[in-house]
Amino acid sequence: MLAIETHGLVKTFGETRAVDGVDLSVERGSIYGVLGPNGAGKTTTIRMLATLLRPDAGSANVLGLDVASDSGEIRRRISMTGQIASVDEELTGRENLRLLGKLLGLGRKGAAGRADELLEGFGLSDAAGKLVKHYSGGMRRRLDIAASIVVTPELLFLDEPTTGLDPRSRNQVWDIVRALVGQGTTVLLCTQYLDEADQLASRIAVIDRGKVIAEGTPAELKSSVGKSVLHVRLSDAATRDEAERVLVQELGTEAIEAADQAAVAVGVPNPDRAAEAVGVLADTGVEIAGFSLGQPSLDEVFLALTGHAASEIDQDGEVM
Amino acid sequence: MAVGIESKQEADQASISTEAIHAALVAGQRPKPASGFSACLSFAWRSMLKIKHVPEQLIDVTITPVLFLVMFVYLFGGAVAGSTSDYLQYILPGLLVQSVLFTTVYSGMSLNTDLTKGVVDRFRTLPIWSSAPLVGAAFGDILRYVLAGLVVIVAGLIMGYDAANGVVGILLSIGLVVVFAFGLAWLFTTVGLLMRSPSAVMNTGFMCLFPLIFLSNIFVEPSTLPAALEWFVGVNPISHLVTAVRGLMAGSADGGDISLVFAEAAVLTVIFVPLTTRLYRTRS
Ligand SMILES: Nc1ncnc2c1ncn2[C@@H]1O[C@H](COP(=O)(O)OP(=O)(O)OP(=O)(O)O)[C@@H](O)[C@H]1O
Ligand SMILES: [Mg+2]
Repeated sequence: MLAIETHGLVKTFGETRAVDGVDLSVERGSIYGVLGPNGAGKTTTIRMLATLLRPDAGSANVLGLDVASDSGEIRRRISMTGQIASVDEELTGRENLRLLGKLLGLGRKGAAGRADELLEGFGLSDAAGKLVKHYSGGMRRRLDIAASIVVTPELLFLDEPTTGLDPRSRNQVWDIVRALVGQGTTVLLCTQYLDEADQLASRIAVIDRGKVIAEGTPAELKSSVGKSVLHVRLSDAATRDEAERVLVQELGTEAIEAADQAAVAVGVPNPDRAAEAVGVLADTGVEIAGFSLGQPSLDEVFLALTGHAASEIDQDGEVM
Repeated sequence: MAVGIESKQEADQASISTEAIHAALVAGQRPKPASGFSACLSFAWRSMLKIKHVPEQLIDVTITPVLFLVMFVYLFGGAVAGSTSDYLQYILPGLLVQSVLFTTVYSGMSLNTDLTKGVVDRFRTLPIWSSAPLVGAAFGDILRYVLAGLVVIVAGLIMGYDAANGVVGILLSIGLVVVFAFGLAWLFTTVGLLMRSPSAVMNTGFMCLFPLIFLSNIFVEPSTLPAALEWFVGVNPISHLVTAVRGLMAGSADGGDISLVFAEAAVLTVIFVPLTTRLYRTRS
C-alpha cells in the first residue's frame, strides 16, 4: 500500500491557484522529496495531506485513508514539523515534549521519561530547562522534530526542515531524518534545496506554480537533462557567448543555462569528445579557468525544467 | 545578554551521536491518545506554566488597577465621597472587577500568539478533541484571574479596606468575578482568532473594555450622573457584576444580583464558545 496517493489535488486562495492538480504517489518506508521554489505550493500540499486544509478538488489518500473523511484516524498515525517552528516558545524544551507525551496518551510518568530520552538523543539535555525562545535555530529544529516523534509516526511531514540552518545543524537534521527512515517511518520532505533532496530522497517530485513538472529518482531527473555535463569556467565572463558557441558546435548539443555568469555548461552525449572540445576552445584563445565533466546537478535539472534558476527565485521570493 | 548568547552557543555544541538518535527512536506501542478531559487538563497545565515563565504579563494588567486604586482613593476620594476611607470602601470591589476583566484580554492575546506561531498546527494534527486547546486554556487562565484579583484585594487591605464579610466574602467575590471573566474571555478568544497580531487583540480588547469600565458604577454612584448615562450604567453588565461583588464583600449580597451575573456569563459563553471553536477549527 502507498503511504500517500493524490489525484488532481487543487487548492485555491482567491485568485491564486496554490496547488493546481497535483498527483503524487509515495511508497512506504522511503523519503520522498517535494522540491520547489518559494510559492510553488509545497506547504499548501503538506497542509492538505496533514488534514489542516481541505482540498478544493481532487482526492488524497494518506496511509490508505481519505483526508476528507478519515482525518481523525490519519492524525493518529502522522506527525508534522511545519515550516514555522511548531513548538511552544514560551515553554521549555522539556515541557514541550512532556505536554505532547501526555496528549498522546503516554501518561505523566511515561511522558516525562520519553521527553528525557528524546532530549538526550537529540543533544538537547543541557537546554532542556530553558525556554525555547532562547534556543538557537538548530536546537529549535531538533526539538521540533523530536516533538514529531514523541510517539513514532508512520508518516512524517517535514516542511523545509533545514532552511536557515548552518551546515553543521543541517547535517544533524539529516542524520536524524535518515535514522527515522531506518526505523521504518515514511518521510515526505519539502525543500527548496536541491542538494537536500539529492542527499535524502529516494524519489523527488519537482513542483512549480502548483504543478508537478517532473518526477523520478534523483538519477532519473539528472539524466533527463543529458547523460553528463561539461562545465567550463572562464577567466573572462565576456567570452561566455563565444565559448558556448564553440562548445555547442563541437559537441553537437545544446547549452544548459548556468547561474554563474562566467561559466558554460553543455550536455555531452559522448564523453570521449569532451576533452577534444575543450582543446578546440582553448585554441580559439578563450581563457579557461577550469573545467569538469560530471552528472548535472539538480540545480541544472531545475533550470532545464522550469526555465528559471531555483536560486534566482530564492532571492526575490517569487516566480518571475 | 552576552551571557545568554554564549550559553546558547555552548548548548548547541552538544554533539549528537547516531547511536543516541537511534536509542531515542526505539518505537514503543502506539498508546491510546488522551481523552478529551485529560487533554483539557494538559492544556490547562500549559497555560499555568506560562504564568510561571512570564509573570510580567500579570504585572502589566494588575499594575493599572493598583495605580488606579492609589490615585483615585487619595486624589479624588475626598471630593467624590467625602473621605478617602469611604471612597476606598466604595471603589475596591469595582477595581477588583476591573483588574480581572482586563486580564481576560490576555486570553485572546495568547491564543493569537499561538496562531502566529506554528504551534497551533501541531495541536491541530494531534489525535485529540480539537477544542481541547481552547477549553483547557480557558480553565488554566482562571489561575491568572484569581491572582489578578488577589493583588488588588491585598493592596486594598494594606490601604485599610474593611472587608465586612471577611475571607468568605473575599473568596465568594473572586469566585463570582472569575465566573464572569470566564464568559468574557471567550469574547476575546473570538477576537483573538479574527485579528492579525497580538497587539491588535490587545488594542481592540482594551478599547472595548475601557468605555464599559468607565461607564459603570465602579467609580461613581450612578445617581450622580445625567439621565442618559445613568441609564447606560444601569444596563451595563459590568455594573451588575460590581453591584453583586459589593454585596458579597459587605455580606449583604442579593440573590437576584448574583443570578443576573451568572446569566450574563452564561450568555457570553453560549454565544462565543461556538464562535471561537468554529473559527479555530476552520482556520486555514
Ligand atoms: N492562507 C493563504 N492565503 C492566501 N494565499 C496563500 C495562503 N497560503 C498560501 N498562499 C499562496 O499560495 C501559494 C503557494 O504557497 P505555499 O506556501 O504553499 O508555497 P511554498 O512552496 O510552501 O513556498 P515557500 O518555499 O515560500 O514556503 C503562494 O502564492 C502563496 O502566496
Ligand atoms: Mg512553504
